[in-house]
Amino acid sequence: MAFTRPKLATGVRLHRDKVREQDVLLFPEGALVLNETALEVLDLVDGERTLDDIAAVLSERYEGANVKDDVAELLDGIGERGLVVEADG
Amino acid sequence: MAEWPEGAPHPLLLIAELTYRCPLHCPYCSNPTDIGASKYTDELPAEDWQRVFREAADLGVLQLALTGGEPMARKEIVDLTRTATEAGLYSTLVTSALPFPKRRVEALHEAGLDHVQISFQHADPGLADEIGGTIAFDRKVKAAALARELDFPLTVNCVLHRRNIDAVDSIIDMAVELGARRLELANTQYHGWATVNRDALMPTRAQLERGEEAVKAARERLGASLEILWVLPDYYEELPKPCMGGWAQDAALVQPNGDVLPCQAAASIPDIAIDNVRDKSLREIWLESEMFNAFRGTDWMQEPCRSCPLGRQHDDHGGCRCQALALTGDAAATDPVCQFSPHHDTIVAARREADDPEPAEPAPFVYRDLIPQ
Repeated sequence: MAFTRPKLATGVRLHRDKVREQDVLLFPEGALVLNETALEVLDLVDGERTLDDIAAVLSERYEGANVKDDVAELLDGIGERGLVVEADG
Repeated sequence: MAEWPEGAPHPLLLIAELTYRCPLHCPYCSNPTDIGASKYTDELPAEDWQRVFREAADLGVLQLALTGGEPMARKEIVDLTRTATEAGLYSTLVTSALPFPKRRVEALHEAGLDHVQISFQHADPGLADEIGGTIAFDRKVKAAALARELDFPLTVNCVLHRRNIDAVDSIIDMAVELGARRLELANTQYHGWATVNRDALMPTRAQLERGEEAVKAARERLGASLEILWVLPDYYEELPKPCMGGWAQDAALVQPNGDVLPCQAAASIPDIAIDNVRDKSLREIWLESEMFNAFRGTDWMQEPCRSCPLGRQHDDHGGCRCQALALTGDAAATDPVCQFSPHHDTIVAARREADDPEPAEPAPFVYRDLIPQ
């Protein structure tokens, strides 16, 4: 089930790990290492933008490529762990 | 700063035991049994803690557990939290919620505290207070409500044992009602005070199996709305766990007096020097101290670990050093939880004892206390 207007769940935040030179999502008792794509998407997840907005921003960045399905899939995966939730819910 | 030695691990977690003072008396507390000793009452000043937090972030630590004892008993808790936030650490307050005054908790929120974990002893108020040795249950419920009101993510932690494991279902219901997002159902591991109380705490195999079934059913029912952690006690395993993710691999623990250890129980290991953050930087201790290097890697291993038939040396790191010491007298022995350990019979015997028909009167608890034992 795709998100309409995703946001990071309470207590979840992005963090630049300077020591390991990587970006991570921090949450209660855990950390998830993010690849470049995941970071780009999560940077746009703010509880304001809709999934369409996020896909549009990225599409523009990548010369019109259709990225909506990929974005939805990525957020669903993170959502299954309860780290991203529906802002409108 | 000097270059990082090749292959040396970076810690992910700092466990800051700010004090051993605590209003609860839980008989399974993982703190040392000599918490009342004068060395621990000489608590590390706040400025030292703040330096340690900054040093930890520079070492690669991402997660900070503010714990104890009861961390809220340290009056500088808000300042300490603010420093952790400034250093970029993800902070968890691991609390009994006694005390949990509104203004202070609001100040913690303001200071950037990320996550609150509240301990519960049972879902039944009377039994909970009996286990914790303090009238606490109602205050914990109120504290959980306050944490949610301030929009903290909430973890409920309940250490399981013979006297509460049959209530797993109602403990799960309670966590849902409290608005928890995570529930840690941690079966007692036998370190610290739990060793003293092993006979009174160890569940039967049937109890464990029922508990596990209840957790499975609840996970299906609740999905992602409540993450339930279920940790099997080592005593009912045939292969050891990688204790702390491997000795001195992922975590460092600082005791209230500034002593630095790889785990809660490491001070029980004799004849290894313990370094203190008052004398050395956390980096120097992590990389160079005798304690942290004692069982790092695999060179220290004896048989049967050395030629492990399953090749698990890098998976379980030989299991728990403190458990090996407690059950065999040798901290470098294979963890007796392992089916290949020549001392595995000590584990089997303890299980058998727990499985004996329950005595009419449960074994009495020895409650955690600051009075030296």
